[in-house]
Amino acid sequence: MSNYKPIGGKLLTKPFIVMMALAGIAGILLLQRFLFGLGAVTNLSDGYPWGLWIVYDVLTGTTIACGGYAMALLVYVLNKGKYHPLVRAALMTSMFGYTLAGISIFIDVGRYWQIYNILLPKYVNLNSIMFEVAFCVTTYILVLWMEFTPVFLEKWATPKAKAKMEKIIFIFIAFGVLLPTMHQSSLGTLMVIAGDKLAALWQTGWLPITFLLSALVIGFGMVIFESYYSSVAFKRPLETHLLSKMSKFIGGVLVLYIIFRYGDLIWRGALKDAFAGDVNGWMFIIETILFIIPLIILFKEKLRNNAQYLFWAGVSMVLAGAILRFNTYLVGFSPGPGWHYFPSVSEILITLGIISAEIMAYLVFVKKLPVLPVIEHN
Amino acid sequence: MNIDRKQFFKVLAAGTVATSGVSTLFARERKLLPKNAVGILYDATLCIGCKSCEVECKKVNGMSGVFDTKLEQSHNVSGIWDGGNDLDSKTLNKIKMYRNGTSSTKDKETNGYAFIKRACMHCIDPNCVSACPVTALTKDPITGIVQYDKGACIGCRYCQVACPFNIPKFEFDKALPEIVKCEMCKHQLDKGGIPGCCDVCPTGASLFGPVEKLMKEARRRIKAQPGTKYRYPVSSLESGETQTHTVQKYISYIYGEKETGGTQYLILSAVPYEKLGLLKLPEKSAASTSEKIQHTAYKGMIAPVVLLGGLLYAAHRSTKQDSTE
Repeated sequence: MSNYKPIGGKLLTKPFIVMMALAGIAGILLLQRFLFGLGAVTNLSDGYPWGLWIVYDVLTGTTIACGGYAMALLVYVLNKGKYHPLVRAALMTSMFGYTLAGISIFIDVGRYWQIYNILLPKYVNLNSIMFEVAFCVTTYILVLWMEFTPVFLEKWATPKAKAKMEKIIFIFIAFGVLLPTMHQSSLGTLMVIAGDKLAALWQTGWLPITFLLSALVIGFGMVIFESYYSSVAFKRPLETHLLSKMSKFIGGVLVLYIIFRYGDLIWRGALKDAFAGDVNGWMFIIETILFIIPLIILFKEKLRNNAQYLFWAGVSMVLAGAILRFNTYLVGFSPGPGWHYFPSVSEILITLGIISAEIMAYLVFVKKLPVLPVIEHN
Repeated sequence: MNIDRKQFFKVLAAGTVATSGVSTLFARERKLLPKNAVGILYDATLCIGCKSCEVECKKVNGMSGVFDTKLEQSHNVSGIWDGGNDLDSKTLNKIKMYRNGTSSTKDKETNGYAFIKRACMHCIDPNCVSACPVTALTKDPITGIVQYDKGACIGCRYCQVACPFNIPKFEFDKALPEIVKCEMCKHQLDKGGIPGCCDVCPTGASLFGPVEKLMKEARRRIKAQPGTKYRYPVSSLESGETQTHTVQKYISYIYGEKETGGTQYLILSAVPYEKLGLLKLPEKSAASTSEKIQHTAYKGMIAPVVLLGGLLYAAHRSTKQDSTE
């Protein structure tokens, strides 16, 4: 069993203060949003009803937060206990990512004061993909906090309470894998109903599969990125040996993704749109390249054992999945001629504020709580 | 133990695949028109572009005009045009104009002009109703009118993403916004009336009636010999009022008969529909595809429950190992 402990250190560093300022600016802009409506701070329109907040904060945010899902799948379901040291940090980013996505949804929906309607039986619409996503995400946020309770208990409670929690934690772990499987795939299905408004390069009945597989890819990419980040930032030894071994499994997921994504494009004859020379075509090519870079690195033993290459594979995986989401929800989405969308400065500042809040929470937690594994000197 | 594990993984894999909804690429069956469905037949060849339908629409729905600037309203006088540039959160119906070349002849594609009225199509299989997570948008089981309940709506705007006609509008300019769309003046219908736009249309271009009868009327018009006289009903099929006009050379197709599963708002025109901004749409709704994917994956909740069972077993096993190690 792995041991974890707080890494300690000063909290109010310079970057931390900058992030506090960013979060403060976002707070003021949010006040404006709630007083004067969404139109006062966003460039959203009836043609582009969803913008940066939905696509980055909610969609990409929850997917980046799939590290916890990916690691839980690997460690608990596939029973690869040796990766255990990576679990807690991954779980924690998931917890923050999803919690902030939940907050972002609250900010984005127009009639937030009755958002609880989504959980009232009398309003349920089982045909709605949005209902399933909302229900699963809400439940998953609760599950993530429950999965993380041993960390709080370790710090503040008696060993007995912690032991009790650990006895039943497998229930939360199981739900912690089931729920993301459901909603990460449904986040793809969500766009099927947009029909021809979504370009053929992205519109397909296979959206649930490609979104689920790419969520796992991003999840693992995030675990790699985060592990290296905490190594460098907190001067901890690199975990390359663990990450490199794990990467064979990630490679398999990546190959599956490529088969579904590009097999479907070829089958539907949509691949030719990639070479149309327009924005859609180029964004598709960028998306494809970002998926291929990690594939090459992970399948060459020499490259994947090299910390630097592995790091870039992780970054590329995260970017690839993020671009896939931006392409599916914004770039490839066109409500018709005359409509345009690019996020406003306020929208971007609010998103930056939310990201800052997330990083600040991460720093507070790793410094004050037993999240990162104890360094073994051998 | 080893066999157990293999079997377990098979179940797990099957559950995962089913949960994410692979097994279908086909749409569910198309939906049928409600028995007493009501609708509007808009005949572009009869429309004179007077916009009285826009004015009446605002009047009966209690909606304000669209004033762009403070200047326009200064001294308590304002422009007499009170419609927006297009359908928006203050405009439920809109007359638009097609112009080509010299714009000299009505209902001609080249060197001609034509009018087109846009409003909610009241789809037979509406994407917005399928999309809404809180049943705020519903299709009336009797009249087929697609209606909105603000008490349910959370303002997620998924209906806007889903609608192929970009009909639901959102009040981005309000702190407490609502979705706004044409509800075929159901409050008027309840009182035995007809939609405002049809009520005031001076030529019968907007005609209210039961959808099936409107469809028959539309087919008759298409069949009528161009250049001959035809008695066009005005306001509603049942009004008894008619006007005689010369039949134009109709496009031999009723827009709305098949689009996205069919609509209760039907359009006739002498100018090709795509010239009027009416999109070519598939005959099955996107909702029928997304619902099929969803209901195949979650049929009887079997796949998720099986998957959960496998996961509980696996997680229990590995956490137990953890604590004994």
